[in-house]
Amino acid sequence: MEVELRGITKRFGPVVANSDVNLTIRPGEILGLLGENGAGKTTLMNILSGLYRADEGEIIIDGKTVDFDGPGDAIAAGIGMVHQHFMLVPVFTVAENVVLGVEPVGALDRLDIEAARRQVTDISTQYGLEVDPNAIIEEIPVGLQQRVEIIKVLFRSADVIVFDEPTAVLTPQEVTEFFGIIRSLRDAGKALVFITHKLHEVLEVADRISVLRAGQIVGEGDPKTSTDAELAELMVGRPVRFTVEKSPRKPGETVLDVKDLHVLNERDEVAVDGVSFEVRSGEVVGIAGVQGNGQTELVEAITGLRMPIEGTIAFEGHDITRASARERHRSGMAHIPEDRQRSGIIGTFNIAENMVLDTYYDDRYSSGINLRWPDIYRSTAEIVTDFDVRTNSVFSLANHLSGGNQQKLVVARELSRDIKMMVASQPTRGVDVGSIEYIHKRIIESRDEGDGVLIVSTELDEIMGLSDRILVMFRGRIVAEFEGGKAGIQEIGLAMAGAGAAA
Amino acid sequence: MTVNDRIDKATGDLLKRAVVTRFEIEELVVVPIFAVLIALLLGGLTMVATGVDLPTIGLSYASLLQGSVGSLNAISETLTSAAPLTLAGLGIALGFRAGLFNIGAEGQLLIGGMAAAVVGFSLQGVPLVIHLPLALVAGMAAGALWASIAGWLRAATGAHEVISTIMLNLISFRLVDYLLRNPPIQRPGRSDPISKSILESSELPALLQWLDPNLRIHAGIILTLIVVFVVYWLLFRTTIGFEFRSAGANPDAARYGGMRSGLIIVSVMAVAGALAGLAGANQVLGVLGRASPGFSAGIGFDAIAVALLGRGHPVGVLFAGLLFGALEAGGRNMQVGAGVSIDLITIIQALIVVFIAAPMLVRTLFPFAFAKRGNQREGS
Repeated sequence: MEVELRGITKRFGPVVANSDVNLTIRPGEILGLLGENGAGKTTLMNILSGLYRADEGEIIIDGKTVDFDGPGDAIAAGIGMVHQHFMLVPVFTVAENVVLGVEPVGALDRLDIEAARRQVTDISTQYGLEVDPNAIIEEIPVGLQQRVEIIKVLFRSADVIVFDEPTAVLTPQEVTEFFGIIRSLRDAGKALVFITHKLHEVLEVADRISVLRAGQIVGEGDPKTSTDAELAELMVGRPVRFTVEKSPRKPGETVLDVKDLHVLNERDEVAVDGVSFEVRSGEVVGIAGVQGNGQTELVEAITGLRMPIEGTIAFEGHDITRASARERHRSGMAHIPEDRQRSGIIGTFNIAENMVLDTYYDDRYSSGINLRWPDIYRSTAEIVTDFDVRTNSVFSLANHLSGGNQQKLVVARELSRDIKMMVASQPTRGVDVGSIEYIHKRIIESRDEGDGVLIVSTELDEIMGLSDRILVMFRGRIVAEFEGGKAGIQEIGLAMAGAGAAA
Repeated sequence: MTVNDRIDKATGDLLKRAVVTRFEIEELVVVPIFAVLIALLLGGLTMVATGVDLPTIGLSYASLLQGSVGSLNAISETLTSAAPLTLAGLGIALGFRAGLFNIGAEGQLLIGGMAAAVVGFSLQGVPLVIHLPLALVAGMAAGALWASIAGWLRAATGAHEVISTIMLNLISFRLVDYLLRNPPIQRPGRSDPISKSILESSELPALLQWLDPNLRIHAGIILTLIVVFVVYWLLFRTTIGFEFRSAGANPDAARYGGMRSGLIIVSVMAVAGALAGLAGANQVLGVLGRASPGFSAGIGFDAIAVALLGRGHPVGVLFAGLLFGALEAGGRNMQVGAGVSIDLITIIQALIVVFIAAPMLVRTLFPFAFAKRGNQREGS
């Protein structure tokens, strides 16, 4: 089944999300649809899957123009979508989820769960998507949940499958498995669209690449001949640097001194188990490690959101082990939180309100209990301009910003005040390449001004690119330390996996 | 243009406020109007279904209008009913903004009213300028303390405020009964539960009795307008309100911003309780002149609907309070004028809330009243 999108234009009020987009999706081929956050990828695919209706243009399937009046029509026409956020019932089994809405029924409308299981197993074996049809969704890992989403789409006999940022939630190993799956689907003759903003993934798996920028197709690429740099330039509209330019560090006084820290997690298990390290002014210390090895709890303890059970934290020579988060902010500690959606921003607040989320009480922004909004607005506008947060107005809701711009908003808030230490957790997670480059540049600038910087990231490239010293965390302990620029990815990778930690 | 000029211009552009869109106007004005219309229509159908003939239905709606805005007396009644609904509604709306669902306004109103009554009848020989404010403050303080119990339980133990405020309501009903049956509160010589009458120096002054002694409107409506402004200021212009709203919109982000969630929860409940307590004081000092069992008359529950209808915004709550006040005043007139049960008003109130809560339904029912728009919201 060949699908052609011709001249698609979609507007939301004054915002043009897609403008005269032409795209062809062919069977037996993986089309990589590349673009920054907010470039209009998801809108385009929502038009294809019947969720939105295009203002102009048409969808042509096998030479015939079709008109989708809702997602049902698109599914009937054989177009399936695997969303970034899964649409599964957590307490149902795999088989129940797959057949939900199109259940096989016996006499008197009785649910024939046996038939459902059988059908699920058939699809599993046919496409090599191994999964136990009786497993409960909430008990299986994310990678398997994604498989269930794929089986769901196949069960509805889709010939065109759209994957919206499918790798965002997967571990590196699951990503490799996922690539295997979509290759086998391609070989089975399905037409596949792979939406992403990660360059190396699209280069690895796509047969053809289309790049979307500001709602328009700005170029096509051949994965065999294109390079990262070419695609990134198409995506962002200017050349992008992948490596961070930085001068050698000039370490000064110790800013942060952590000694023998023990921290519990929500389940009262030891998450941080006797960690000691220090961060000096003018240096970047990176903490590498696989997600869930105590980094989250360590950062929360340092920033005052979680009280340690043992050990001390000193900031500029003062003991802050029991200090509140507010006291730490005021003494010059900045914090870029791990999950901006959960704790970094308030989506229903406007940009100005978010900009003062942890400084609103400051003399600059309030007199007594009276907030001085005019000052807040003016200052926000300056910071937004300075940090290149793309928005039309400081009164826009934070929800309406793309992920990259939300993160720039958080970085701007934290770096625009006078700080001595920055704790950045996953500073570029889910952020497009243009913004990553910018955020990294700002972090290094902060270091060069003499701030101490602690970066916690699961992206090894990021850690290696930014850090002057690298610590590796495994099961709540620091198991290895490397000098930045001297350690190889292999050595660090091994330490992250716990090699040599047995001692 | 120099670089600095360009930056100034970019900054200036960012400071332009977005124009209010047609969609927002529709949501705020057109939807409520049609919700009221359709609720009245369905109310009429309810009357038909219960065997009321058409002329009587017409007469009932005429008396509803007449009794709510048809005369000076009607307007006086409407405003008198609207004041406590708005005051208590403001407290509940404040709770919504901070993510707390306070069902306890009824109990807070009773406790606040009791305290106002006690101060109102106890202080002999104090001038009005001192006595009245004291009585009002007593009402607010008692309501605040009562509500803080639920706030403290939530902050310290995690007990959900919906449950604890409901339970506190039940306790307050019996507590008020008990107090009213015992000295020093019970009126001497009475065996039924009723308090002494408040002294004239603690009464909220009637505003228009020089025109006609039947006009019940009193200074409480002015107080209400002031409180609407104060709550607006508190929520949107102060650091305290910023903390309340942050904690309501995203508790994790509030904690990250260095706000203390426990303190916020207790303060929000206290302010909400103070407003409900003020509503109770308003009734005792402005309308009833004494406390009796159940003098709250369900105002604390109707106020939940008022807060929802007002979309948690102080000005919205004022309009919702006026609407409910008008329905109440008109409803009483309808009962007298057309002999239709006042319960019908409850049905109409409920229907209005249902339709306002479901704007899409109203849009579907009256497509001609709304501008056509592209489907769904902004995407990425």
